[in-house]
Amino acid sequence: MKKSVLLGTLAVAGVASGAAFADGHGDTTLGQIQERGSLNCGVTTGLTGFAAPNAEGEWEGFDVGVCRAVAAAVLGDPTAVEFVPTTGQTRFTALASGEVDMLARNTTWTFSRDVDLAFEFTGVNYYDGQGFMVPRELGVSSALELDGATVCIQTGTTTELNLADFFSSNNMSYEPVPIETNAEAQQQYLAGACDVYTTDASGLAATRATFEDPSAHVVLPEIVSKEPLGPLVRHGDHEWGDIVRWTLNALITAEELGVTSANVGEIGGTTENPEIRRLLGTEGELGAMLGLEADWAANAIAAVGNYGELFEGNIGESTPIGLARGLNAQWTDGGLLYSPPFR
Amino acid sequence: MATMTDPPVEGFRLSQLIYDTRYRSMTIQVVAFVLIMLGLVWLANNVVTNLQALGKDFDFGFLGNRAGYDINQRLVEYSNDSTHGRAAIVGILNTLLVAVLGCITATVLGVFAGVLRLSKNWIVSRLMSVYVEGFRNIPLLLWILVIFAVMTEGTPQPRDFRGEDAEASMILGDSVAITNRGIYIPNLVFNRSLGGNEVDADTGAVIASQSAGDIILLLAVIIAGFLASGFIGRRATAIQEKTGVRPPGTFWMRLGAVVVPALIVLVALGATLEYPELRGFNFADGIHLRNSLIALWFALSLYTGAFIAEIVRAGIMAVSKGQTEAAFALGMRPSWTMNLVILPQALRVIIPPLISQFLNLTKNSSLAIAVGYMDVRSTLGGITINQTGRELEGMLLLGLFYLITSLIISGAMNIYNNSVKLQER
Ligand SMILES: N[C@@H](CCC(=O)N[C@@H](CS)C(=O)NCC(=O)O)C(=O)O
Repeated sequence: MKKSVLLGTLAVAGVASGAAFADGHGDTTLGQIQERGSLNCGVTTGLTGFAAPNAEGEWEGFDVGVCRAVAAAVLGDPTAVEFVPTTGQTRFTALASGEVDMLARNTTWTFSRDVDLAFEFTGVNYYDGQGFMVPRELGVSSALELDGATVCIQTGTTTELNLADFFSSNNMSYEPVPIETNAEAQQQYLAGACDVYTTDASGLAATRATFEDPSAHVVLPEIVSKEPLGPLVRHGDHEWGDIVRWTLNALITAEELGVTSANVGEIGGTTENPEIRRLLGTEGELGAMLGLEADWAANAIAAVGNYGELFEGNIGESTPIGLARGLNAQWTDGGLLYSPPFR
Repeated sequence: MATMTDPPVEGFRLSQLIYDTRYRSMTIQVVAFVLIMLGLVWLANNVVTNLQALGKDFDFGFLGNRAGYDINQRLVEYSNDSTHGRAAIVGILNTLLVAVLGCITATVLGVFAGVLRLSKNWIVSRLMSVYVEGFRNIPLLLWILVIFAVMTEGTPQPRDFRGEDAEASMILGDSVAITNRGIYIPNLVFNRSLGGNEVDADTGAVIASQSAGDIILLLAVIIAGFLASGFIGRRATAIQEKTGVRPPGTFWMRLGAVVVPALIVLVALGATLEYPELRGFNFADGIHLRNSLIALWFALSLYTGAFIAEIVRAGIMAVSKGQTEAAFALGMRPSWTMNLVILPQALRVIIPPLISQFLNLTKNSSLAIAVGYMDVRSTLGGITINQTGRELEGMLLLGLFYLITSLIISGAMNIYNNSVKLQER
């Protein structure tokens, strides 16, 4: 008797749950964002120039610009973004679990992240590489002189893996000091708890710019890895991946074609260039193909400017961070930025 | 003309399931069971659909893959070529290390503070109250961060030790260096190590080294010494009870049983001390106690010690005052009264809550994340999960580890508790 009650209950439970939860997912990311009215965008916990809250508490920076451009393209409103600060360790869980719709967080496109962790990188917004920063008074001029040094690294990053490879392939030893966020790393480095701080060279430049005396620290000449940084989304929702990918491409193409935040309002109507017209939605159906309004790209460009404006305004040579375009120049200027055509 | 004399037999009605006390408890249990099962099925279903949606499977194979990252504090051999499984073991040992160190110091501190808080000396008891209330009422995380900050900001860098008129210098006869990267202390090394010694190519001198075998041998001899000493002590007590005289020299025999074999092993292995020495960027040689370990260890000990102090105080106060008075009446000194009369009785009250403090301390050690101590949460539950994307598997393993550790601790403490509790006849 006891047993049959138990079995009966189990059967009921099974059937009921099967019925109740069969409809699990189905909503697309785009649908969810439109319903919510805002985009959840994962950014860093704070890296000046890339993503950090300003004095008014508004997030700004190069990566933040990508989030805002996507929000403008999808919702027509660049302020409709919830910024979710993530550390190197929490970012992928945040994206995989659906807490954020996309990550724009100095994240390197690697094989295993793309394939094994099941994410989709939607392009590269900054071509970077890993560098080393040391206090000038240490008198070190090359990373090959760092045998035995104590090195601050952010955990859960490619930095950690590159560092291990670099030191073992050069037969050197080091003492890693694992750290959660860039802010803590900065504090430990300045206190001298480590001799060297290593991360993406852009991150080093951004960190050094916030020091009281930036000239007391040198970035060593060696760049020990390739770090193509770009926005990413979850595997599987290709429509959403396309939107993020082509929003970034729109910013890059806009710079190539001379569309800026200042002229984006009228150039679509006045220009004869068919690609600009397709980009800005005055001709063709590109917006509708993405499931967006015709002026999606125009909105994104109007919100944050084209790629060049975004770069110069946040991390370029006129800012304290002072990064040169280098690899991140348009292909027409000898750089690597090369957006597929809008047609 | 048949008359119905039997009361009508009523069939089973559904309402009885609720109103009839014979069935009601059954109904409630079945409903609760169904709900719980539904909840569990929902969770499992959720996991399966989400994993499917992400295109991920459930697989522990990642534990055999190359980890690729380095760990600073390793109690066993590990390099970035080792597997994620090995990294997890390094992390587990680091967790256990800080937990064991923490439990020992917390107990010592707690017993002292608990006893002293009952002291008749006003200043001593007030000081202990300040300690207990200060640590009990401020979050542990804060203490970890405070101690870590003091250790990194308030101490000199290794390079301050360099040069003729260095800003900082080593203490205790140049044997200990306190730096902002941790404390370097001398290490025990052996000229005739069981693991074999290398020979300096230039001078032909033997380079002292240390292998796991040396340490295990030394520990085994010391433990055996303590067992022998215990045996001698028990025999002496038996003789004393029979004859009334304790055999002379018992104390020295007990001391000798511990010290002499250990000394013999040390001499046989050719033990010497290896002093920390500034070489390149850092101190080399010696033992490096990293700031992360020290901050975590101290904070856990001080915090849990405050709770243990309260438990000890409660245990002592639970022993009736008559016991103290009786002991005094027999002419016992206060210290004897405490050690021989009060504490043994108080232990019965103290042990059970002490177990849960040990469990708390072990689990709280996962706050290591705040100072970058490479415990199992940081290796398996942090970097490994992050590099392999195996959140579910990693977290399950992590949960399992803490569960098993906690069960072992409470099992061991329960055995001890059974040995000290009132033996009812
Ligand atoms: N590109 C590397 C490193 C990314 C990384 O952690 N970058 C640092 C500095 S460039 C950062 O963004 N820190 C901000 C934070 O701590 O939130 C990766 O994807 O693993």
